[in-house]
Amino acid sequence: MSEHYSARVMRLSLLPVAASLLFFSGGLASQQAPIVVGSKNFTESYVLAEIMAQTLEFHGLTVEREFGFAGTLVAFEALRAGEIDLYAEYSGTISQAILQTDSEFDGPALVAALAPLGLEPLEPFGFDNTYAIAIMPALAQTLRLERISDLRAHPTLRLGLSHEFRDRADGWPGLKRAYSLPQESSGLEHGLAYQALLEDEIDVTDAYSTDGDLVRYDLRLLEDNLGYFPTYLALPLARGDLDPRARAALASLAGSIDAAQMRALNAEVVVNGRTFADVAAQFLAGRGLATGTPQPRSRLQERLLANVLVHLKLTSIAVLAATLIGLGLALSVYRSPTVSKAVLYTAGLLQTVPSIALLALLIPIAGVGQVPAIIALFLYSLLPIVRNTITALITIDPLLQRVAVALGLTQAQRLRVVYLPLALPHVLAGIRIAAVVSIGTATLAAFIGAGGLGEPIVTGLALNDTGLILQGAIPAAALAITVELMFEVLERWLVPPHLLTRQAVS
Amino acid sequence: MSEIIELHDIRKRYGETDVLNGLSLSVRADVVTAIVGASGSGKSTLLQIVNGLVRPEQGRVVVFGAPLPERNLVETRRRIGYAVQGTALFPHLSIVRNMSLVAEVVGWDEERIGARALELMTLMDLEPGLGNRYPHELSGGQQQRAGICRAMFLKPEILLLDEPFSGVDTLTKGEIHARLAALLAVEPTTVLLVTHDIGEALTVAADLIIMQGGHVEQRGAVTDVLAAPASGYVRALLGQGHAA
Repeated sequence: MSEHYSARVMRLSLLPVAASLLFFSGGLASQQAPIVVGSKNFTESYVLAEIMAQTLEFHGLTVEREFGFAGTLVAFEALRAGEIDLYAEYSGTISQAILQTDSEFDGPALVAALAPLGLEPLEPFGFDNTYAIAIMPALAQTLRLERISDLRAHPTLRLGLSHEFRDRADGWPGLKRAYSLPQESSGLEHGLAYQALLEDEIDVTDAYSTDGDLVRYDLRLLEDNLGYFPTYLALPLARGDLDPRARAALASLAGSIDAAQMRALNAEVVVNGRTFADVAAQFLAGRGLATGTPQPRSRLQERLLANVLVHLKLTSIAVLAATLIGLGLALSVYRSPTVSKAVLYTAGLLQTVPSIALLALLIPIAGVGQVPAIIALFLYSLLPIVRNTITALITIDPLLQRVAVALGLTQAQRLRVVYLPLALPHVLAGIRIAAVVSIGTATLAAFIGAGGLGEPIVTGLALNDTGLILQGAIPAAALAITVELMFEVLERWLVPPHLLTRQAVS
Repeated sequence: MSEIIELHDIRKRYGETDVLNGLSLSVRADVVTAIVGASGSGKSTLLQIVNGLVRPEQGRVVVFGAPLPERNLVETRRRIGYAVQGTALFPHLSIVRNMSLVAEVVGWDEERIGARALELMTLMDLEPGLGNRYPHELSGGQQQRAGICRAMFLKPEILLLDEPFSGVDTLTKGEIHARLAALLAVEPTTVLLVTHDIGEALTVAADLIIMQGGHVEQRGAVTDVLAAPASGYVRALLGQGHAA
């Protein structure tokens, strides 16, 4: 039995290599340059992305969908890095968040400002999704409120505004000054504001002008008669090297959606629970822009399998790399207590950086997509592996170490035949912890467009769709349990049982 | 006749404490020399100075007729067997692999390893079937005999025994002593046995080195020491006490 012990250890080291090769070769077998359409993780961005994607498909182009980037910064970095070719952005956001200027750009100025970045704003869709002030229709009627300046005459109106709007310079403080509004405001969660309006807790709130919930609650928007709010014209933001055929195809969308229509499309999703793809297909069919038959949605099992494979790819590469480098690191430092402590401290520090923050920090260095996700997972995996290996090596019975030296084994031979096999149960436990934690953490990687089982979770969060969230969460949990069990089998296969029972799982 | 082990004026300190204090001794080849003394008398350190596990601050260590090399002791150590208290068998390896670890490394083939293992196990009265067991599956006495087999596997010229038989009952100890004597009769080896058990020393050894406080109190053939203890300490150790 024990004679095969080291042979098994050798074979073990080949398994993950083979597995990751399989994944890589699978990833390479793609077709010629599909156009990658991205989206941020809120309803309107998804709907516009679907509309663009289906328009491109209608014109015979191959499209890949990379949806659900966590916010402007991530989506924009993905675009710059070439991970995606285009996504829907807003002129105001481009000016403020991306170009970081206070001045508002329109048409030619925006084109000129983005050209040095290798990016190009295409023709706007035709609506302005800016801030808006919303009230219940009955109140509007009673008080004859039509414009924001009408609010001045009613100082007792209760304003409940979202925290962000109250804080932004171009939000409430500026608005109050520009219109000389007498009211004070209170802050609340945006998601609760509509409910508060319905229940007559507040009279006025802020909204986005194309918010689907405006349709759901039949709210009135007050006209920004002083033109205070910056314009947020929605437009396809594309790479300068976008395929001319794609450019031509997207030109057909210019000026095709007004604010009311966008509100209605958003409402189809958030109120009626239809998919982005369906809503987009219906819109395009109505304009004669599509065949009327929506792109057949891939079956649940196929999407599930694809997500699981990406998830496995992310975690297996990260954990494999962390195993190799972690073992090497542990072996090179374990004999110096000072260096060991420094290494463990650093790895521990990395562990305390929240996953989302680490992913965000990696964007300027490694861009978005799978590479930074793998780097982040790798960094998280290092600590358990390095810690367990160092701990196992420094706690080997000193008498056994003395005898190993006295027998006339060289340092390398002692490591190979005595120390590493003795440390193996702890090392395996460290790798197991790293693998299971990585599977959980990898769901967050969808926020930077890495795909995997986090993708349905991110989309589900944007839509508040529990079913979709579970499509990611359940397989992720199942995967974690499966990996846990696989490691148990592996341990039983590799480690003599009497060594396994003594092992303390840290 | 040149001595196989010679120590000259050895001094070793651990922190503030002198463990060995100007110790000199030599050992006759192919006989068992027992080093006896109370705990803390530096016996175990002395053994580790012979195979270079411990380096003295001062003094000369001569092994196999030459000074112990400063570095690269691997070859020298393979000529010196070492067995310790508590057996220190590697828990993840079978009994045979424990014994043959170094033989494997230096390239013995399976057949040669099997033959040598069988030979030693027979001499030490270990059933061949025990070879494939893990150490924890053996009794304490069997483990200690396996520890001797491991130390003797490469037919070393020197065998260092650091209280390897403590912790078993007297009866088992007696059997192991007999087996060791049988093995040494077939394969004469210079043995340095550290023990605090004077009875064991008198049974197994031909020569005695009696240590106290980091120096040699008395050395000589067992019969000579017994006949003429050099001091009260030696007399007390030999159990002759005031009655002698």
